[in-house]
Amino acid sequence: MKGARERYGASPLHLLAVLCSFALALYAGLRLLKGDPVAVAVWFVAAALVHDLVLLPLYTVTDRALQRLLPGRHGGPGSRAGSGSVNYVRVPGLVSLLLLIVWYPLVLRRVPGFGPTTGLAAGTFLGHWLLITAVLFAASALCLLVSTVRAGLQQRRQPRRQRPRQSRRQRRPRARKG
Amino acid sequence: MDPDDSHPDTPSPAPRRPDRGGSTAAAPGTGSGRGRAEPPREPHRPGRLRQAIEAAGARGRRLRAALAGGPPPGPARPEFWRSPIRGPWLTSVLGAGLLVGIPVMFVTGLLSYAAYNPDLAAVNDQTPDKGWLGFYLFSWPTDPSWLYRLTQGVHVTLGVVLVPVLLAKLWSVIPRLFSWPPVRSAAHALDRLSLLLLVGGALFEFVTGLLNIQLHYIFPGSFYTLHFYGAWVFIGAFVVHTAFRIPVMVRALRSRRLRTEMRTSTGATLPEPPDDTGLVSPRPAPATISRRGALGTVGLGSLVLFAVTAGQSIGGSLRRTALLAPHGQEPGGGPDGFQINKTAASVGIRAADIGPQWRLVVRGPGHESVLTRDQVLALPQHEAALPIACVEGWSTADQHWSGVRLRDLAAMAGFPGRAPEVFVESVERGGSFGSTVLRANQVQDPRSLLALRVNGADLSPDHGYPARIIVPANPGVHNTKWVTRLTFGAAS
Repeated sequence: MKGARERYGASPLHLLAVLCSFALALYAGLRLLKGDPVAVAVWFVAAALVHDLVLLPLYTVTDRALQRLLPGRHGGPGSRAGSGSVNYVRVPGLVSLLLLIVWYPLVLRRVPGFGPTTGLAAGTFLGHWLLITAVLFAASALCLLVSTVRAGLQQRRQPRRQRPRQSRRQRRPRARKG
Repeated sequence: MDPDDSHPDTPSPAPRRPDRGGSTAAAPGTGSGRGRAEPPREPHRPGRLRQAIEAAGARGRRLRAALAGGPPPGPARPEFWRSPIRGPWLTSVLGAGLLVGIPVMFVTGLLSYAAYNPDLAAVNDQTPDKGWLGFYLFSWPTDPSWLYRLTQGVHVTLGVVLVPVLLAKLWSVIPRLFSWPPVRSAAHALDRLSLLLLVGGALFEFVTGLLNIQLHYIFPGSFYTLHFYGAWVFIGAFVVHTAFRIPVMVRALRSRRLRTEMRTSTGATLPEPPDDTGLVSPRPAPATISRRGALGTVGLGSLVLFAVTAGQSIGGSLRRTALLAPHGQEPGGGPDGFQINKTAASVGIRAADIGPQWRLVVRGPGHESVLTRDQVLALPQHEAALPIACVEGWSTADQHWSGVRLRDLAAMAGFPGRAPEVFVESVERGGSFGSTVLRANQVQDPRSLLALRVNGADLSPDHGYPARIIVPANPGVHNTKWVTRLTFGAAS
């Protein structure tokens, strides 16, 4: 028994549970594949692969590019490590893309039948998405402004002797980032 | 999408890895072993089978040695993944969200399937091969009248709101897709196959659902077939996955205090301690976002999606807040200014079909009457305040309908006592929902009408003039419009 367990790599309960779920998946899967087996199988597998191998690398690379574009990332003496200032762009950008990915057929007008079928205007979605995106970035800019002003005030209130000794050159990036 | 934390996952160019010496040294012959030249081909001669077996054995040994040596450069190496916030705690928080959300999605989905009464008649059944998968079907009730509004509104809105949680969860476990060796044991192989069903199934369900509510019918087949069977393929893998991961999840959730995490800034964010889940990066980059920030971003995504979607299921003045949802606008003002699933023009209704030539045929065993619209209006009229709720998740507030009770029409067709089921036919040509069968409990309900008027005016053509069905808690497409024939006591 113990040998079998070692050879299999998990408890027999695991084997039973997995086989049970596979039997159900097969029962439903045969019905799922009945109409257009190839296309449905492609959709099913592609759903997982497109996300993991295309979408995820794509937004990760975009995110890295964004960080390189923004100042103060490389941790020079003046940049505050972990200040997270990139998030003022990242968060609204991410939320905006999220809205697009969920509602792209309507936003990008991919559904010609929408207006005639529902009696509703099909042209409003792109404008709405752009406006929401603008509001998200504006709100983020406001947050950045508030935090910059607050940091500036705090620095001014600090007595001169308590300030860390820094050369002018080192201090400049910090001032810019707030 | 997710809290991708900055440095994370893209490969740093190889030359920039000064600290990889250890692991590279520990993994000789991985990259190079793969590129090794094949042994020269054996010439064909007697005994070649045995030689072929030996050669295969040798190849197998080499492969095993290569696998044991360590992963090839790239995502299979743990140090490829750099996010300092990736780890079992973060994955478990996201997993806990899905653990609550997905069962609600599954149950409301099954309820919606039952609401079509597919076991009642062939015309109601979009999935005649369902077999045992319809084991739980029951008579869909008519009380409360907003039941389908609620269940389907929750199903669709929750699905939209869970998208960022699902994507963040997938982001958080991505290193495991590339775990090395690809297969460790029979159990591991089965686990990975199960994960394909889990991840493929989840995304398949979300994608088909999101496309369907936007009328973007690019998926390969009927939505009902794909979404229903797809859900069953998915749910087995989901149950197994949760059953075996819940202990891991609970342990991970206990390893850190949520309250503490919610107070930790980006600068103070450190990786979780190394463990055997393979999620914690052995070469973490400095944090550019805290766990609080990452979870907050996911939460903000869900919140914004909720804000631009939920109004289409709430209706009233809140409908306008559904800025991106398909049914976030009103189709006009006046008594007929409420949501339309399909306009008369879009399903090929011609003026002649619903003009003065229109007749209502009421049939029962040994009985048939043919009525003009004026004659139907001359029958006792009743009122009911009922919503329209669509499988696509949108719904309307109660509209004030008036018309003839279905049970009065049943009595006219020879069923003066308990009303039987009724087969309803529309003048629609073709289409999946040109005809339907309503169950006896639906016909019997005093609020179930063959409606001729709504909100004090005649129905508009888009709302089913001259006459339409309205039944409490019924899915929208079963409230048949442009009705021309009612056959009582005969399931299709």
